[in-house]
Amino acid sequence: MIYNASSFIYLLKQQGINFFSGVPCSILTGIIRELIDDDSVTYVSSTREDEAVGIASGAYMAGKSPVVLMQNSGLGNSLNVLTSLSLIYKIPCLMLVSWRGYKGKDAPEHLIAGDISEKILRVAGIPFFVLEKENIENVIMSAMKLMKEKSIPVVILIKNGVLG
Amino acid sequence: MKRAEAIKTVLTVLSDELVVHANGLICRESFVINDRPQNFYMIGSMGLAASIGLGIAVSKPERKIVVFDGDGNVLMNMGTLAQIGTLCPENFYHFVFDNEVYGSTGNQPTLTNVIELEKVARASGYIKTYRAINSGELRVIAEECLKIKGPVFILVKVNTEYDKKIERVSHAPEEIKKRFMAVI
Repeated sequence: MIYNASSFIYLLKQQGINFFSGVPCSILTGIIRELIDDDSVTYVSSTREDEAVGIASGAYMAGKSPVVLMQNSGLGNSLNVLTSLSLIYKIPCLMLVSWRGYKGKDAPEHLIAGDISEKILRVAGIPFFVLEKENIENVIMSAMKLMKEKSIPVVILIKNGVLG
Repeated sequence: MKRAEAIKTVLTVLSDELVVHANGLICRESFVINDRPQNFYMIGSMGLAASIGLGIAVSKPERKIVVFDGDGNVLMNMGTLAQIGTLCPENFYHFVFDNEVYGSTGNQPTLTNVIELEKVARASGYIKTYRAINSGELRVIAEECLKIKGPVFILVKVNTEYDKKIERVSHAPEEIKKRFMAVI
């Protein structure tokens, strides 16, 4: 099945996701537009990526099942909160991270971040999956399962064009 | 007033409100004064106490959320003030203990000897802001502000004195979280 922003969000909601916070990225535009218009979930637009993780962490402790959205450039902004809050308190969230600079095809400011995104996550000990058109359901299920088992953030990297 | 005295004054007024504590000495002083299960102590992630409080506030509108913050913390993520003012959660009470220095790291000056953070909060959309400079005033403000709809910002001017031998929060991070979640 080909997923677009709307059906992708539906899939997340089916998995119990009911709270979103994040900083926009052009790759995530469709998803964020849907979320803003969707009265059945909360979307808190954030000013920084680490703040989005903080807000999601509060929501989790208050009983929500949160998603954080950000561009991969925001992973650097989030390293402190991930290592000194999420990982040590074991506060999970599903992180949808757009992957600018994938395979070196992008504007100059995205190339280094694009090249090191997976390395940053490996070094920090944050599990991640790469979303492809043909593995969307599997990735969501596996990421949610791992997130619940380990009670830590799990990242799904989203390349441009994967969500139709 | 010492920050510990200010924290004690506010804690005396609270009942079952949830309190998110910014990292550092604020946690340690509050832990020693009254280690309530409704206290969430941050041991890291400077600047994010208000974000965590905001996430709780919008998810649990029926509960009152208090944040114990510091001036250095607020300055670190000042965009959070705009976000709180814009979302305008009625159940959000933001106490900022302002000693004008980074106290845990050797009293290097912040910027709040010049910048009045309650004015930033006001301009950012907080419904009501206060400034307290002694514990009598603070007690009256704390009692009053918890009865009104927020978001409310209370700037509490404190000095840099603290007990150098103050103990650390003895609970492990996961334990802090579990205990806190059990009373939300």
